[in-house]
Amino acid sequence: MSSRHFVIIGNGISGITFARHLRKGDDQARITVISGESPYFFSRTALMYVYMGQMKWEHTQPYEPHFWKKNRIDLKQAWVKSIAFETKTLFFDSGEKLSYDVLVLATGSKPAFFGWPGQQLKGVQGLYSKQDLETMEAITSQPMERAVIVGGGLIGIELAEMLTYKKIPVTFLVRENRFWEQVLPESEADLVQKHIREHAIDLRLGTELKEILSDAQGNARAVVTTAGEEIPCGFVGIATGVTPNVDFLKNTALAIGKGVKVNSYFESSVPDVFAIGDCAEFEKPPGLGRKNLEQVWYTGRMHGETLAYNFCNTPVTYQPGVWFNSAKFFAIEYQTYGWVSPEPVGGVHDLFWQHRDGKVSFRMSLDQEGKVLGVLNLGFRLRHEFFDRAIREKWSGAKVMQELGKGVFDPEFYTPYHLDIQAAYQRQFGGAIVSSKKSFFQKLFGASQ
Amino acid sequence: MRGIQGIGLVLFLVGMLVFTALPFLSSYRLTEAMVQDQVKEIHREKLVELLQPMYGQSYPSTHAFLSAYSSNFDPYNEELKAKQAWDQVIWDDYGFALAKAAGEGPARAHPWTSLALSIGLVVLGGVLFQFAGSGSAHTSLAHTGVFHSSLKNRGVLGMLTGTYLIGFYVILYWFPAYLSPLVWMVEPIAQFLSGGPASQWFLYGLVYTLAIGVMGIRMVLKYRDNKYQQLRTASVVFFQTAFAFLIPEVLVLLNKPYFDFKNIWPLDYDFFYDYQIDTFISSGGLGLFMLIWGILLIVIGVPAFTYFYGKRWYCSWVCGCGGLAETVGDGFRHLSDKSLKAWQWERWMIHGVLALAVVMTTLTIVNYFSSFSLLGQVTNQLHSFYGFAIGSAFAGVVGTGFYPLMGNRVWCRFGCPLAAYLGLVQRFKSRFRITTNGGQCISCGNCSTHCEMGIDVRAYAQQGQNIVRSSCVGCGVCASVCPRGVLKLENGPEEGRIHEFPILIGNDSIKLRS
Repeated sequence: MSSRHFVIIGNGISGITFARHLRKGDDQARITVISGESPYFFSRTALMYVYMGQMKWEHTQPYEPHFWKKNRIDLKQAWVKSIAFETKTLFFDSGEKLSYDVLVLATGSKPAFFGWPGQQLKGVQGLYSKQDLETMEAITSQPMERAVIVGGGLIGIELAEMLTYKKIPVTFLVRENRFWEQVLPESEADLVQKHIREHAIDLRLGTELKEILSDAQGNARAVVTTAGEEIPCGFVGIATGVTPNVDFLKNTALAIGKGVKVNSYFESSVPDVFAIGDCAEFEKPPGLGRKNLEQVWYTGRMHGETLAYNFCNTPVTYQPGVWFNSAKFFAIEYQTYGWVSPEPVGGVHDLFWQHRDGKVSFRMSLDQEGKVLGVLNLGFRLRHEFFDRAIREKWSGAKVMQELGKGVFDPEFYTPYHLDIQAAYQRQFGGAIVSSKKSFFQKLFGASQ
Repeated sequence: MRGIQGIGLVLFLVGMLVFTALPFLSSYRLTEAMVQDQVKEIHREKLVELLQPMYGQSYPSTHAFLSAYSSNFDPYNEELKAKQAWDQVIWDDYGFALAKAAGEGPARAHPWTSLALSIGLVVLGGVLFQFAGSGSAHTSLAHTGVFHSSLKNRGVLGMLTGTYLIGFYVILYWFPAYLSPLVWMVEPIAQFLSGGPASQWFLYGLVYTLAIGVMGIRMVLKYRDNKYQQLRTASVVFFQTAFAFLIPEVLVLLNKPYFDFKNIWPLDYDFFYDYQIDTFISSGGLGLFMLIWGILLIVIGVPAFTYFYGKRWYCSWVCGCGGLAETVGDGFRHLSDKSLKAWQWERWMIHGVLALAVVMTTLTIVNYFSSFSLLGQVTNQLHSFYGFAIGSAFAGVVGTGFYPLMGNRVWCRFGCPLAAYLGLVQRFKSRFRITTNGGQCISCGNCSTHCEMGIDVRAYAQQGQNIVRSSCVGCGVCASVCPRGVLKLENGPEEGRIHEFPILIGNDSIKLRS
């Protein structure tokens, strides 16, 4: 227990999770969270829903304002200009300063721009921050004949959905030959691409942005692709990934690569300075098959949890468990548990099943011995707890199939896709699957399986 | 399709206009025979005398008629009250019955045409609008735009709708005479179903049932990919149509007591009133069955069903108030207050109403068996207070009139004593819970935003904790709007249902409470 002053730069999921867990474990610590972006923690993932009128801004805030006071977490809305590590002092844009005992950098990411001519024009932007949402709302409230999105990943498809809500025609440029190529196998990408096109999106695969053209007022008026085609548009959404938001830390004592270099305890190169979330770059990947940069919601939360634990207990190294993720492509939900390769890999056998309506699919990857490595499902829901256990305990594919009914997380009365999947498994791998059927009365009174 | 949708909207609005205008197109002419006919024997002589000046007079509006009625009748009552001759005061309000008898106008002359041009057009227009407007959007995309809508986000249209609904309920409960022309147009249906005359309650029941039906179609279209929503919508439409509307009328036709077999005390707050009990006991085997059935529902039905399925079996599958909230009110569900403060208010209010209903009913029953020797007068006053404040003002005016202002479950959340009872069972002895899917929550807040009961679902989901809350009516919309497949309504073993120390899956470094 201490009365040290913990200062956290960044009030996203990593910084806030850290602050909350630190308060739970340490009643004495003084905690200050700094953000220039917004006074209160909000869920970045919900920006699109505010744009689409499905939520209001205050709904994105998981805690009411009184929460912070009650938990003695001081919030300061300001932009940090520079840090003097030797005197442990922060300097703000406003000229104010603040000293710390322990500094936690949780500055997140920013959209990656790749030096395209015209990328600084008005109407060209990413979608990451509250400010991005505000500029996008302002620009797209003007009538326009078309918007162009660059980058075939999760933000790209969110932008497509948002613009479709505003009835703005969208051209969607994807450099790779399929949507989200780093993650989705071909069949799944195919399914998603069909769904994207059903929403009247002009999806261009294998197409790259070359430059953005300006009108007389400095607004984007068209993009030019590397194939030389000019596409008139009033808005250009850049969704070609994110990069750690660490510019203001460069050329200091702090070791910076792509992000703030940290070890498996989130310690940076400077004593009492830590980095978590999107802005942290691990010296060694934190697990087999994982990357040095972890830029998703869930890992940010785990970083925050772990670092807070380390200040209140004997420190442990960061060890993420079985990988999982989820997303949504218009109406099609995506989930994954464990490891599924987007490209065929020698020695790995995949079961792939797709429903005839082309909106639901399931893939299970098995190693050479037939043990489950991971699953990837579209259009229906699977239970995290079930697959975390199956993958961790290295269940055989047959056992996963046997128990699959327990692994389904769809609402009651939904189509039992697992029966089709079990049949597909039998066709491909043989063997008999005897799933325990419940009697009518067991079903009626909800007996557990 | 937009064209058809537009036609639907126009028909709907024309129907609403006719419905609203009909009461203004009525004139009145009272005769002595009407008074003889409508007034109870004990008051007959006096009223025939008091209303003498009105006979043969023509009144151009309901207001003029009621004013004349008041100016002739009220002084008599006031005088008795001033003398404190309470037993001679005429407490019955004959305004509606006399207005209905004396009324003349298009609704009475041409009931079927009037019905077709008002309620008929509203229903037709509503159905057209729903079908043509349903488009091809998937269920999970069906909630976009609600905060950009004037109607659904407390804009001008929302305020107008709220005002209209509040006005309708105020007139229905306290000035029903103004609705008498509308009652005439449903008279033939009432005669057909029950063999008796229509009251304002018959009109209300018909409108209510049609509203649930038409907006039920909307629900089925909106949730076309969601069988849970479709089934429970079909269920509430069925229970409203059959149990709340048709069966009671047919019972009357068969000379049996009017009874809604799915209404349960304490929502059915007058179930134990002396006149109800007398009706049950004096109606032979069926009456006795009704009494026993009602008691069984309270002592066995509610706990048993709620144990297996949660309170949703009633609140979002059977109940009439719930049925209206889930169909007509669906577009307003996101307007519920999610703050901690609202939750505190909720717990005091709903349990307060439950306590009041229990005290009132206990007194009533004690009095019944002690032949009203104990607290007869107090009980009567309690009955009229409860009927006015809870039964009419809260459940009706606020409960439905405030849909566009405070969301569609104001009554169910803050006032319904049956919901409070069901909720206590759900919280402490039930297999129902909303399961969260491990660590998949991204705290986006769609679940909390669209929870009609104002539950901050996200607060639980983001720490991997099952949602076990007395107020949850199990509508299933949180699970439907969740973009990451995190929420699932389930009935399962009681063991492990409530996570005291939830753990988010995915971080092997530590295992700690969220």
